[in-house]
Amino acid sequence: MTAPAGGWRTATVAGLRRPIARSVELRLDVHDRVDHLPGQHYVVRLTAEDGYTAQRSYSVASAPGDPLVELFVERLDDGEVSTYLADVVEPGDELEVRGPIGGWFVWDGATPALLVGGGSGVVPLVAMVRHARALGRLDLLRVAVSARTLAELPYADELVEAGALIALTREAHGIRPAARLTDMDLLPLWEPGQTAYVCGSAGFAESASQLLVGLGLPPASVRVERFGPSALELPKR
Amino acid sequence: MPGPTRGFLGRRRAAGDPRLPPGQYDAGSDWPVLTAEPTPRIAPETWTITVDGEVETPTTWTWDEAHALPSSEYRGDIHCVTTWSKFDTRFGGISVDSLLELARPTAEGRFVMATSKTGYTTNLPIEDVTGGKAWLVWEFDGKPLTAEHGGPVRMLVPHLYFWKSAKWISRITVLKRDQPGFWEQNGYHDRGDPWKQQRYQGD
Repeated sequence: MTAPAGGWRTATVAGLRRPIARSVELRLDVHDRVDHLPGQHYVVRLTAEDGYTAQRSYSVASAPGDPLVELFVERLDDGEVSTYLADVVEPGDELEVRGPIGGWFVWDGATPALLVGGGSGVVPLVAMVRHARALGRLDLLRVAVSARTLAELPYADELVEAGALIALTREAHGIRPAARLTDMDLLPLWEPGQTAYVCGSAGFAESASQLLVGLGLPPASVRVERFGPSALELPKR
Repeated sequence: MPGPTRGFLGRRRAAGDPRLPPGQYDAGSDWPVLTAEPTPRIAPETWTITVDGEVETPTTWTWDEAHALPSSEYRGDIHCVTTWSKFDTRFGGISVDSLLELARPTAEGRFVMATSKTGYTTNLPIEDVTGGKAWLVWEFDGKPLTAEHGGPVRMLVPHLYFWKSAKWISRITVLKRDQPGFWEQNGYHDRGDPWKQQRYQGD
């Protein structure tokens, strides 16, 4: 399968929402758009008056059938692009975007998949859930997501409604006490033949992918997308 | 070129630092980890590197045999397609030249495919891995390279975007014709020169 790829486009900000603190959901009308597959991302490029540019990648949260492209942007305090998108952008603004991009972390809408996301790493998984719902194939997906609290989990309502296992590290959720995602959380979700999609911070993705391999998933069936700074100890320089 | 983005001032610009390719930012002391697969744990005693394909003497080296080759160090900058760059890195290992001089590519061998233990692949013109431009490294800053960063041994091709520097390197196959590797099949550029912003196919 070759995933779709699009070049630079102009997008008009059709709307935005801020349901989660320190983040924004941007709804973009991408002119002349190439439809994405769930899991792909877009690059947003900002240009200053003097021609200086900065660009970053953001996962698409919307399903391919959505007339708009929805990007979820977590605001990083020292982020150059995310602070602009979260604090400055208004409906009607035009943004330069490029996408869809990425041919590996994509779900085709037809094969069984185990989705495991942490924090804003749930965003490409939400696109998969929305696509499955539109196709009437939510039965293909098993979903486990993790965040500190429910209030900090992007798209929490939709994920709960889709039957996702919700692992919160700072508060209980239903009968599940506050705890990191464990192999016992994932074991009931695993079925042979699934492709696993793991997305989150470097630390989350590392630990979740190792849990899956430990449960017996073939490493070749585990697709990983990591973002953000490394959570690893770095040598002092 | 489109016009400026309304209200965007830009605050990262590293005062025109000539080490920073276009579209990149200085990651400072951080070193992000980006991989598409679970991190494999490979014991150095079991690691080997094979050079095969269009070579006169296909050869496999063990950890000890690779360490017996002349050591070589890279000091300088690295650049990731996800837009971070890291300045003044120091990697220790051997030059890819040391391996190819022993395996001897044929006159027809014009490209290489680097393959990881995980099955990850990336393709390069042979000129990009010869002439002192590419290494196999097992040390970062004088310490063993961690598994997350490709240890025990990764390839290092620092003049190209870092996805070309295959982690957990296990094989270098010399080819007559170019073939796309893992990311190159998935939308990324065949060469990946950061100074030309060759990020995606078509750039």
